[in-house]
Amino acid sequence: MATKASRTAARMMMAPAVIVLLGWMLVPLIMTLWFSFRNYLPLRGGDLGFAGFDNYVRFITSSAFWPAVLATLTIVLGTLIITVVLGVLLALLLDQPMWGQGIVRILVIAPFFVMPTVSGLVWKNMFLDSVNGLFAHAARAIGVTPVEWIIEAPFFSIILITSWTWLPFATLILLTAIQSLDSEQLDAAEMDGAPKIKRFWYIIVPHMSRAITVVILIQTIFLLSVFAEIFVTTAGAFGSKTLTYLIYQRVLESQNIGLGSAGGVYAIILANIVAVFLMRIVGKNLDA
Amino acid sequence: MARSITARRKTINTAIAWSIGLLIFFPILWTILTSFKSEADAIAFPPKFLFFDWTLENYAVVQERSDYTRYLWNSIIIAGLSTLIGVIIAIPAAWSMAFVPSRHTKDILLWMLSTKMLPAVGVLYPMYLIFIKLGLLDTRTGLVMVLMLINLPIIVWMLYTYFKEIPGEILEAARMDGASLPKEIIYVLTPMAVPGIASTLLLNFILAWNEAFWTLNLTAAKAAPLTAFIASYSSPEGLFYAKLSAASTMAIAPILIMGWFSQKQLVRGLTFGAVK
Repeated sequence: MATKASRTAARMMMAPAVIVLLGWMLVPLIMTLWFSFRNYLPLRGGDLGFAGFDNYVRFITSSAFWPAVLATLTIVLGTLIITVVLGVLLALLLDQPMWGQGIVRILVIAPFFVMPTVSGLVWKNMFLDSVNGLFAHAARAIGVTPVEWIIEAPFFSIILITSWTWLPFATLILLTAIQSLDSEQLDAAEMDGAPKIKRFWYIIVPHMSRAITVVILIQTIFLLSVFAEIFVTTAGAFGSKTLTYLIYQRVLESQNIGLGSAGGVYAIILANIVAVFLMRIVGKNLDA
Repeated sequence: MARSITARRKTINTAIAWSIGLLIFFPILWTILTSFKSEADAIAFPPKFLFFDWTLENYAVVQERSDYTRYLWNSIIIAGLSTLIGVIIAIPAAWSMAFVPSRHTKDILLWMLSTKMLPAVGVLYPMYLIFIKLGLLDTRTGLVMVLMLINLPIIVWMLYTYFKEIPGEILEAARMDGASLPKEIIYVLTPMAVPGIASTLLLNFILAWNEAFWTLNLTAAKAAPLTAFIASYSSPEGLFYAKLSAASTMAIAPILIMGWFSQKQLVRGLTFGAVK
C-alpha cells in the first residue's frame, strides 16, 4: 500500500519529533552521568576531578538515604493503597444508576485539575493548620486538643494531599474500565444464579485487574517524583524528605552536583524499573 | 414491585454518591467561599459557610499586591505555546505512524513514552546548567521548550490513537485524486481529526498549566507562572486565608472549567491507550 516515496516522506515527518526527544533524553542524561563521576562543587572550588564511584557510595551510605527511601515508599504505597481501594469502590458506585450522575462525576474529578502548589497550600493552611484549620476547628468542637498535622503527622498530611489529587484519576480510569464491561456477561451470570459477591469477584475484578495495574504503574511513576506538594508543606522537614526531595536539596541547596547527580542516576534507574512493566502492558495493547 | 425497589436503590445510590462527591469537592468549594470572606470571617470559629459579608476585596488586593495578571499571562503563554508547538511537531509524526506504519513504529512509540518516565529531578542540574549557558533561566522561551518536550510523548500518543480511528481509505482516495502529501494532511486529515486535535490541545494545556517542578525550579521573578505565584504564599509571614483563597481560585478556575470538558480525553491521554 505504502510506496517507497511515502515511506521516505513518513520518516522525514517523524524526524522532528524523534530528534527533539532524543536530544531531550540524551543530553541531560549524559551530563548527569558525567557529573555523577565528578567531584563537582560549584561553590567550593568547582570541578575537583574524577571521583570514581565515590558519589554513588556516598549517596547510599549517607544518613539521609534510608530515611528518604522509607519516606518515598510510605508516600507512594500509602497513596496507592488509598486511591486504588477507594477508586474501585467509587467507580463501582458511580456505575450504578442515579440522578445527576454527570454532576457527581464533575465533583469527583475536579481535584485532579488543581495545581499541586494550590492543593498543598490549601490543605496545609485551611485544613491541617493547628490554629485556624478546619480540622482544628472540628477538634475543638468535640473537645479534643488540635493537632499540628504537618509537624506531628507529616506523612498523613502529604498522603492526604496526594490521595486527594490522585483518587479522581484512579476513579475515572477504573470507571472507564467498568463501563467497557460487557453487561450481557453479567446478566448471564445473574440468570445462572451467581450471587452478587461472586459476580463481582469472578467477572468484575478480573476485568478491572488490568486497569488497576495501569493505575498503579502510572501513579507510581508520578508519585515517585512528587515535589511541589512537599515543597510548599513540609519542605522536606519532619522526616518527610523523599528521594526526589533529597536529590533536589543536594543539587540546589547544598550545591553538591556530583552527589546529587549520583542520586539522580538512582532515581532514573528506579523509575525505569517501574516503567518497564508499564511499557509491557502498553506494548501488548498496541498489537491488539 | 421490581420498579419500586430500583427506584429506592436509585435514591440511595444518589444520596451516597452526592455525599461523597461533595466531600471530595469540598476543599475546592471551601477555597472559593473563603475567597469572598473578610480575613476575620475566614478564620472565624465556628466556621462561617454561607452567612458572611461577601466581599470582592481579596481579589482586588491580590491583583494589586502581586501583579496577578503578569503570572496569569506567563501561565497562558507558557502552557499555550508549549502545547501548540508540541502539536505542530507531533501531527506529522503521528500521521506517519498511523498511516505508514513500519516495523519500528511500535518501538518508537514506546521509546517516546519512556522519555516521559525520566524523573525530572534526575536531570535537574544539567537543565539548570544548560539554561544558564543559553541564557534561558527565568525566561518564558526556556519553559515553553521544556514543557513542550515533557508533554510531546503524550501529544504524539494521543494524536496517534485519534488518527488510527480515521479510515485510511479516505486518505488513499485523496491521494488518487492527486493530492500531495502536505495537501492531504492539511485538507483531508486535519479537518477529520479536529476533535482529536482539540482534545489533545486541551488536555496538554491543562498538564502544562499545572506543571510544578520545572516551573518552580527554572523561574524567578520574570517568567514565573501561576504555580510559582501560589508557592510564594507558602512563607508564613503575611499569610492570609482569604487572600490565599482568592489567589488559588484565580489560579485554578480557568483550568477546572477546561478540565470538566476533558474528562474523557484524560483516560486516553494518560493511560496511553492501555485502558479503553
